[in-house]
Amino acid sequence: MNTILSKQRLSAEVFRMEIEAKEIAEARKPGQFIILQMGGDFGERIPLTIADADPAKGSITLIFQAVGETTHRLALLEKGDFIENLLGPLGRPTDIKKYGKVVCVGGGIGVAPLFPIVQGMKMAGNEVKVIMGARNKDLLIMEDDMKATADEVIVVTDDGSYGRKALVTEPLKELCETYKPDCVVIIGPPIMMKFAALTTKPYGIHTIVSLNTIMIDGTGMCGGCRVTIGGKTKFVCVDGPEFDGHLVDWDNMLLRLGTYKSKEQEAHHRCHVGLHITEGEA
Amino acid sequence: MHATREELDAQAQALLVQYAEKKLTPKDRAQIPLQEMPTQFAEVRVKNMQEVAIGYTESQVKVEAMRCLQCKNKPCIAGCPVAIDIPAFIAEAAQGNFAKSVEVIKQSSLLPSICGRVCPQESQCQLYCTVGKMHKDIDQSVSIGRIERFVADYAREHELETIPQVGKPTGKRVAVVGTGPASISAAADLRREGHEVVMFEALHKAGGVLVYGIPEFRLPKKIVEHELNNLVAMGVEIRRNYLVGKTRKISDLMEKDGFDAVFVGSGAGLPKFMNIEGENYIGVFSANEYLTRSNLMKAYAVGEALTPLFDSHKVAVFGGGNVAMDAARTAKRLGAEEVTIVYRRTEVEMPARKEEVQHAKEEGVQFLYLHAPLKITANDKGRVNGVELITCELGEPDASGRRSPVEIAGSETMYDYDTVIVAIGNDSNPLIKATTDGIEVNRRGNFLVNEETCETTLKGVYAGGDIVLGAATVILAMGQGRKAAKAMNSYLSAL
Repeated sequence: MNTILSKQRLSAEVFRMEIEAKEIAEARKPGQFIILQMGGDFGERIPLTIADADPAKGSITLIFQAVGETTHRLALLEKGDFIENLLGPLGRPTDIKKYGKVVCVGGGIGVAPLFPIVQGMKMAGNEVKVIMGARNKDLLIMEDDMKATADEVIVVTDDGSYGRKALVTEPLKELCETYKPDCVVIIGPPIMMKFAALTTKPYGIHTIVSLNTIMIDGTGMCGGCRVTIGGKTKFVCVDGPEFDGHLVDWDNMLLRLGTYKSKEQEAHHRCHVGLHITEGEA
Repeated sequence: MHATREELDAQAQALLVQYAEKKLTPKDRAQIPLQEMPTQFAEVRVKNMQEVAIGYTESQVKVEAMRCLQCKNKPCIAGCPVAIDIPAFIAEAAQGNFAKSVEVIKQSSLLPSICGRVCPQESQCQLYCTVGKMHKDIDQSVSIGRIERFVADYAREHELETIPQVGKPTGKRVAVVGTGPASISAAADLRREGHEVVMFEALHKAGGVLVYGIPEFRLPKKIVEHELNNLVAMGVEIRRNYLVGKTRKISDLMEKDGFDAVFVGSGAGLPKFMNIEGENYIGVFSANEYLTRSNLMKAYAVGEALTPLFDSHKVAVFGGGNVAMDAARTAKRLGAEEVTIVYRRTEVEMPARKEEVQHAKEEGVQFLYLHAPLKITANDKGRVNGVELITCELGEPDASGRRSPVEIAGSETMYDYDTVIVAIGNDSNPLIKATTDGIEVNRRGNFLVNEETCETTLKGVYAGGDIVLGAATVILAMGQGRKAAKAMNSYLSAL
């Protein structure tokens, strides 16, 4: 169970893995996520969005960035290895329907979970434009996939090493002015989602964001993932992960994400001793 | 000052010599001194996660069992939710027939080593004990729970347990949702009848609240593991990482996967918050999260566990139940200098077991009664730095029969804390209800079931434990699991 069927390196720190997970593949819908634990008593549980699934083959695809200890360990697994604990699909699916004109905005690794939503929105009969951004050219992923699916793809990089030199908010604002989308979906780093949501707000455009908070069980039991949405407490694992971007208390969410920051840096330092991923290993 | 286990054992041995050959009248028996539970000393145990109560010695258990009067009317049995034949198992224990003693218990209760540890005996069997009545002091009742624990531990450690006989295969398949106490007892009774039983657990470890909720220092995890291994030895399949309702719906289990009946024991896994200002600041945790990090994720093993812990110095725990005690005592062990239980009523109304409160006090946990939180404050980084509390007085009794706390206007005061743990209970987890057509629940989200059979409003689907009762006890959950299994066995045989 949970055997890794294939593994690719998409950029310096980003990996794509296709994993055998029959039941999750059958049940999963765009927007949902899994929680994995690498086994043993001491491993942590981390949520990762499902990037794609093949129900016929009984597999799901995860795209992840090796940033913390668990994702680093995951990146060291090879085809034929297995992930001991994999739970899903969790969360509510994206509200995919015919809106008319949809703009999907992805930042960094957020482009991966955005892809099935772009597919879904297209299938539902929408016209879909994609804005995808990364810090630099090396960190851009899935450009070809997006181009093959969306009606238009705008690529931006922070440093201008590829595409337009801009933050995603710049073309997003232009599209709000000129294209006037009926719905905007944003997935990326929290700070990017905050400012992208602020960008669409003055135009009153329905804006969906996908939150990735600290989580343990993923079933609603611990409440560690709670966020404030329109003044009410919600659990990302069962009420989300997607919410109205204009109702999210971003500042509180950003603060909560930093709860264990110093501890994580410690652990990350430890994990890099003897576990470093070098170019070409993948 | 407490005595060491060796000292308590020596005293018990002397008593055994003293009472040997003597014909004891009930009055003599009631005068035999109650055997104290040997425990780790408070100053030692707050620095480790090991079990606080070490357990009786053989001599102690025999002496304690001699205190039982073997009453003809057996009032203790009426106080036990699963009606264990208490005088019978105590009589065997008094004779040193520990394996036989545990067999008597197992006719009614599958998990004596767990219930011996976590049952609230003082409000169940021991409340009705004649010896306690003779002394006009419940604390002087025969220590039924401690004897139960001893014989169960003895049988396990000496490998004297027998795996229950499994009936001939019936060709019927049953899905059991969850792996906590209700599910464990239902699974065992269903499997005994020869049905194929598959248990589904959402987490990566089975055992439910026994594993993620109750701390190691109160219930060692190896005991839970042992009980689950016994189920596996009976042929029960346990599938972890499987969230019924999400991975697959109940209707799929029944229509596509060939399960003839389903038992839902998914528990009360939805933490309640107080809805006061500042509850989402950094450093505010549900007791579920706090305990899950420490217990399930082993975060107390700093340096080994990847799941981090929050650095706490001054901790406020809101609530007065066993979970509040567990959280407070865990915080102490994780290094907090000051831990305070903040409770709206007084010690008398507190729902926690007396023994847990006593242990918490010994470990230096402070208690602030008649105070209710109004809001939580934080510094400019969003980290908790204080709590505003208001003083209460006791008013008229409320629906629970306890006198309700009434806030005293103008008594608001700020207190410094850097961590807040909210332990005011759980609602039922809504996940299965939300994904299963035909299941009806009450206003609190608890499944509505037929009281006699535990059948839900959906044919072939039964439920028990906290999903039906709201947050209750291990033994009540087990009792429901057994009741449901009995009804399911007749339902399945009629199919």
